[in-house]
Amino acid sequence: MRELKITPIKNGTVIDHIGNGLSLEVLRIIGVNDLDKDSTVSVVLHVRSQKLGWKDIVKVENMELSPRKVNAIALIAPTATISIIREFKVREKRVVDLPERIVGVVRCPNPSCITNQREPVESEFDVARRRPVVLRCAYCERLVDDFLLHLA
Amino acid sequence: MGLKGRDVISIRDLSREDIEEVLKGTRRMIPYAEGSKVGQQLAGKLLMLAFLEPSTRTRLSFETAMQRLGGRTASITDPAASSVKKGESLYDTTRMLSAYGDAIVLRHPNEGAGRLAAQASDKPVINAGDGAGQHPSQTLLDLATMQEAFGTLTGLRVVLLGDLRYGRTVHSLAHALGVFGAELVLASPSSLALPEDVREDLDHLGAKVTEVDQLHQAVREADVLYVTRIQRERFADESEYAKVAGSYRVDSALLSGAKPRLIVMHPLPRTTEIAPEVDGSPHAAYFRQAFLGVPTRMALLSLILTGKAV
Repeated sequence: MRELKITPIKNGTVIDHIGNGLSLEVLRIIGVNDLDKDSTVSVVLHVRSQKLGWKDIVKVENMELSPRKVNAIALIAPTATISIIREFKVREKRVVDLPERIVGVVRCPNPSCITNQREPVESEFDVARRRPVVLRCAYCERLVDDFLLHLA
Repeated sequence: MGLKGRDVISIRDLSREDIEEVLKGTRRMIPYAEGSKVGQQLAGKLLMLAFLEPSTRTRLSFETAMQRLGGRTASITDPAASSVKKGESLYDTTRMLSAYGDAIVLRHPNEGAGRLAAQASDKPVINAGDGAGQHPSQTLLDLATMQEAFGTLTGLRVVLLGDLRYGRTVHSLAHALGVFGAELVLASPSSLALPEDVREDLDHLGAKVTEVDQLHQAVREADVLYVTRIQRERFADESEYAKVAGSYRVDSALLSGAKPRLIVMHPLPRTTEIAPEVDGSPHAAYFRQAFLGVPTRMALLSLILTGKAV
């Protein structure tokens, strides 16, 4: 593979094989504003990929993803791989896996759903179908396929 | 696993066996509901009724069911006069109710409220309607009505007529009929057609579903004609309501070509969907259906509170 013009990171996370154009959604999930001020975030858009044709890549220094964020990425970018880098070496590499239940990542699009009222409750969805992904609100049972529009 | 101690929020929470258990219990409860037998099965039990949206029939039938079996009820019937008005969350209200009573019956204007209440409560919660969402005890009494008339649900040809989009009773009913292998025929104005997700659910169950334009033809071949009310409160626009409200009506002429055993059902209250002349015909089953709400809720409450319905 051709070398990319981005410096390697010492410690952090590389999210590779993100579907073309979806890296900005992935950044939203990671929460760039919450990162250490000295961390570098690199986003590579529209890179040739043997597997996907075109792909995006996100590299974030000094951060390891929480399981909840991994679940959210699985929803947006089901083809992604996540590599944990320590001391410039890949210490762990895994393919994201969509769980049975998604908590807190997507808002229910039904305005009358109890999760959109003033209640002490997080949104929660069951994966009703996997290909393509369709979610069912665990509260009001509304089916959601356009969840990119409803990220929490 | 039996229904004792369980929440009944959506008809999806109930397996076919659970539903059959309720239907069997309903038959046994009929003499108690009629008053020809006196029951004490629920003596000492207190049911909390939280009706945060108007309801007559459902609230009254739960109260009646409880009292006919020797139990008691305590209720919130006017949210304007309760802590809900002061901005208390449903979560907190439910925690309080579950500390006071043995089970909770909830009606609420927001979809998913029943599920939230079930999480907040450590006592069983029965969803008695959440917004345009689920109303499982209505579905159970609908099934009980068909079961009583035909002895089975499997293979029945059921026409669902009217507001199939907003009518909450219809979505749960369609699912349950799909589980039991009934055949569904959909007849509605196009603006009130069954939502796509409900259709997909039925396809997933392998249910046979057809849509018709010609109501006469559909009625001739039907075992059950299930009529729903077009709910004015679900329309933002009065002229839109008026346009669809008059678009269907069940009367003697429509029923003249029907099978002798056809039953006409309606969750009530009706407005103009069924002409009063139908009330005296052998097809009219809607008042029997309303009555069966009591023994159905007796069976459900007994199963949830004591594990048996005898």
